[in-house]
Amino acid sequence: MALLIFLIAMAVILIAAAIFSIMQKDLLFAVLGTGVVSLILSVFFYILQAPDVAITEAAIGIALTTIIFIITIRNTTRDENKYNDDHINKFKNEKDA
Amino acid sequence: MLKKLIVFLLIGTLGYTLAVTFSSIPIGANRIGSLDNPETVAAYYLDKSPNDLKVANTITAVVVNFRGFDTLGEVSVLFLAATGLASILYRKEEEEEEEENKRHISHRLNLPSSSLVQTGAKILFPLILLLGIYVFIHGHLTPGGGFQGGAIIATGFLLMLVSYKGFKNNHKIMVWLESLAGLGFVGVGLYGLIRYGSFLQNTGWTGNLNDLVSGGLIPLIYIFVGIKVATELTNVLDILLNIKSRRK
Repeated sequence: MALLIFLIAMAVILIAAAIFSIMQKDLLFAVLGTGVVSLILSVFFYILQAPDVAITEAAIGIALTTIIFIITIRNTTRDENKYNDDHINKFKNEKDA
Repeated sequence: MLKKLIVFLLIGTLGYTLAVTFSSIPIGANRIGSLDNPETVAAYYLDKSPNDLKVANTITAVVVNFRGFDTLGEVSVLFLAATGLASILYRKEEEEEEEENKRHISHRLNLPSSSLVQTGAKILFPLILLLGIYVFIHGHLTPGGGFQGGAIIATGFLLMLVSYKGFKNNHKIMVWLESLAGLGFVGVGLYGLIRYGSFLQNTGWTGNLNDLVSGGLIPLIYIFVGIKVATELTNVLDILLNIKSRRK
């Protein structure tokens, strides 16, 4: 029973984190949300008797993918709307001039 | 007109091939089965891997032995991805230094990490390396294998790259290790082809179940895969962390 409650709570957190990372406009927090999804997924894989997949998910999903996205954000922009706004403004300025 | 004809021919060929393939698959039939039904694939694997191959971890036996050629394909996909990334993002050292002098900005971690992070990374780094090597050497005995161990080693290098500004990989050694590991995998496959008549054929000698040296060529292949994946992912992270900003 305790395990069931734990699993349901984990599943709720997983779905919440997934929705959070889609809705979030700050890309850094969105990436951290996907990291949380991977963390809970790897626990689920372990409970469902797939330790191989759990190790892969833990190493690649939590560490490597998150870091690669963070590096990408550092080299581009952190705000989702800013990049689009910049381009629209540039286009408008060119049109006016 | 000719173009359209060729397109129609291609689509027709594709459709015919798919139709023939799918019509021969009994969709919906129970192909997984159980040990009671020895006609199925799963029963074959579950029976063969501990009894004939003497491999305790059935997943490893499937990935490296029964589906070894697929694993070679996966490794080459990873290699191509890393090569593509490197060819887009890598710049020569001199060019980088020149630009750095010009702009006086290095986008890689402008501030050094705190000493707490640095000390922790220094303590954890050898342990992570050891865990990764353990995972891929014991691939045929415990869960995990070459890909998992390689990814774990790459996270260890990532920790060092992030916490120490001056931490540099020796690119030459990495590239050599990667190439030798890839060649080793192919060499093992060719050995099977020459000696036993089919690519990646396992040796007849398999040892005892649960021994470290058992399962024929499986541990050897997984060591090659582990080294290859670790060096490739480390190189990818190194290149990504050293991107110079191209913004004005």
